[in-house]
Amino acid sequence: MNGEHKIITQSNPFIPEPARIVRTYHLTEDVKFFQVRIVDMEKALSFQYKAGQFAMISVLGAGEAPFSISSTPSRPGLLEFCIRKAGSVTNAIFRLKENGLVGIRGPYGNGFPVEKMKDKDILIVVGGLGTAPLRSVLLYCLDNRDRFRRVIVLHGAKKPAEMIFREEFLSLKQREDLECHLAVDADDTGKWTENVGVVTTLFPLVNDIDPANTYSLVCGPPIMYKFVLKELVKLNIPKDQILMTLERRMKCGVGKCGHCAIDYIYTCLDGPVFTYWDVLHMRELI
Amino acid sequence: MRIIKLKKDNLFPFLETISEKTALWAPVKKGDKHVFKETTDFSQIEMNTTRTILPPRKILLPPAFSMFNTNEEEYKEDFSHAAKKILFGVHPCDIHGLLILDNFHKQAFLDPYYLKARENTLIIGLSCWPDEYCFAKSTNTHIIEEGYDLFLTNLEDFFLVWIGSSQGDDLIRLKPELFDENLTDKDIQSYLKWQTERDKAYKWDLNFTAMPDLVELKYNDQLWEKLGHACLACGSCSNVCPTCNCYNIMDKQFLGGKDGKIVRHWDACTLEEYSEVAGGENFREKRSDRLKLFYTHKLQAYISKYGKPSCVGCGRCIVTCPVGINVRTVGNALLGEEEDTFWARLQKEVTK
Repeated sequence: MNGEHKIITQSNPFIPEPARIVRTYHLTEDVKFFQVRIVDMEKALSFQYKAGQFAMISVLGAGEAPFSISSTPSRPGLLEFCIRKAGSVTNAIFRLKENGLVGIRGPYGNGFPVEKMKDKDILIVVGGLGTAPLRSVLLYCLDNRDRFRRVIVLHGAKKPAEMIFREEFLSLKQREDLECHLAVDADDTGKWTENVGVVTTLFPLVNDIDPANTYSLVCGPPIMYKFVLKELVKLNIPKDQILMTLERRMKCGVGKCGHCAIDYIYTCLDGPVFTYWDVLHMRELI
Repeated sequence: MRIIKLKKDNLFPFLETISEKTALWAPVKKGDKHVFKETTDFSQIEMNTTRTILPPRKILLPPAFSMFNTNEEEYKEDFSHAAKKILFGVHPCDIHGLLILDNFHKQAFLDPYYLKARENTLIIGLSCWPDEYCFAKSTNTHIIEEGYDLFLTNLEDFFLVWIGSSQGDDLIRLKPELFDENLTDKDIQSYLKWQTERDKAYKWDLNFTAMPDLVELKYNDQLWEKLGHACLACGSCSNVCPTCNCYNIMDKQFLGGKDGKIVRHWDACTLEEYSEVAGGENFREKRSDRLKLFYTHKLQAYISKYGKPSCVGCGRCIVTCPVGINVRTVGNALLGEEEDTFWARLQKEVTK
């Protein structure tokens, strides 16, 4: 949690900045990739964010909702999002084609503490759409590869067709400076050459963890946390070095509308990245 | 702070003067209750009312108001809810409620919709006399030292007028001849007597100091299940609370055109869909969990963060909740002193 909040877009924090969809395609049947650029070039380039932060995306008439930024701050200018069709706002976003306009405001939230993660091993565990926020920090680590020691990715999906950024991860596997393990719960294609099983079955493939010097980053469906956290604790990774990013209902993103409140904190200001230590001391987090 | 005197007969001429150019809102009768309403007929103003149905925040952030007028090209900011106003007759507890909201809306990001309305609203406070539901003395919000432009203490023969801001002073200077700068010893004595008697008039008390610990210690207590069972999840407690602030934002598109509005309207954490995200996951599906959030926020969370409860002792939840769940019944239950009739009824309803 950090206390530093900076507004990057307009002075009225509720005014969105028009942004154009540069590229969009299906990642899975119900998840689409959106690459957008803020129309005002100067603002597009000065939109500085941290891996793990989120933005509010709006479509006039349909409304506004929070989305994790999936692109990395080390590649400024374009913002990327993975969006699942789940409600009225995402339905409206899905109807938009390339060159269509959305509103963007942010970035909001605390993001990952990349400074603290410097010179450490990074163990990323993702499941399903949890890939969206963690792709940002993974690409950040790869773009600044010499700042980190080992980078390990464990990525799980229900089946091959539902693996978010499947091709991207299959090609990342070729990199020698990255340990990338992929798994699907069940292979319904007969062509899957990677692992079969839930994401926790990938843990035995990771050798010689140096727990005191490891930061583990986790994001996935609620059920995944329960099992993954158990594994990470078993590995003796300190609880304040286990980071997770959480989903909540949000209407404002600026700590006012109340929907994301947990205890005395607001997920949009003090989260969405929390440590396992926070989880043990704050009720209702997971 | 400067304190002066206003003769009772001079109140209406004073209100007349200050409301010449600015709308005056004051408590007036509605049925057998009172509401803040824009008024020009000062004889309608209720000087001895207790709480209004809704707290004065309804004037700063109305139940629904437009944030933006939109068309295909732009978002045009709409601050029509924040027109200049004078708010007369605000009691100390409600001014404390506004101070809590002031603080909240200045945290992290400034909320222009609240702050603009606050800037444009002059507050003329008015002393009050507690009824059987008031407990502002427990929250230390029965006295007020800031947050108003003028404050009138309603004594037997005259008003003592506290001047709390430069703008308040400007109001006085519109007709200084209505006021008397010279306070006699007798005046001061009558104020002290009033204060002593008023403080004695509070009929019940709640130990707020114990609340943060108790909320923590009783977090998994059965009492929440019982309360959740009785709660109607109607959101009335939030609507009437002077410190509740939660809201939703909705896009309103006008039929047949490209124009629309973005509307902000009150929400309540006790309503079912409050913590629901797209896709159907609801982080607080149970009514008991939502009630717990409400009371954790009022009795514990705000204290942890800012050192005082976000309850100002106005008693609105007590007179409003249709099933009797309020700061008094919940507070007493946390203290282990269940109110017999309420709990007997609850017990009956739960075991039925």
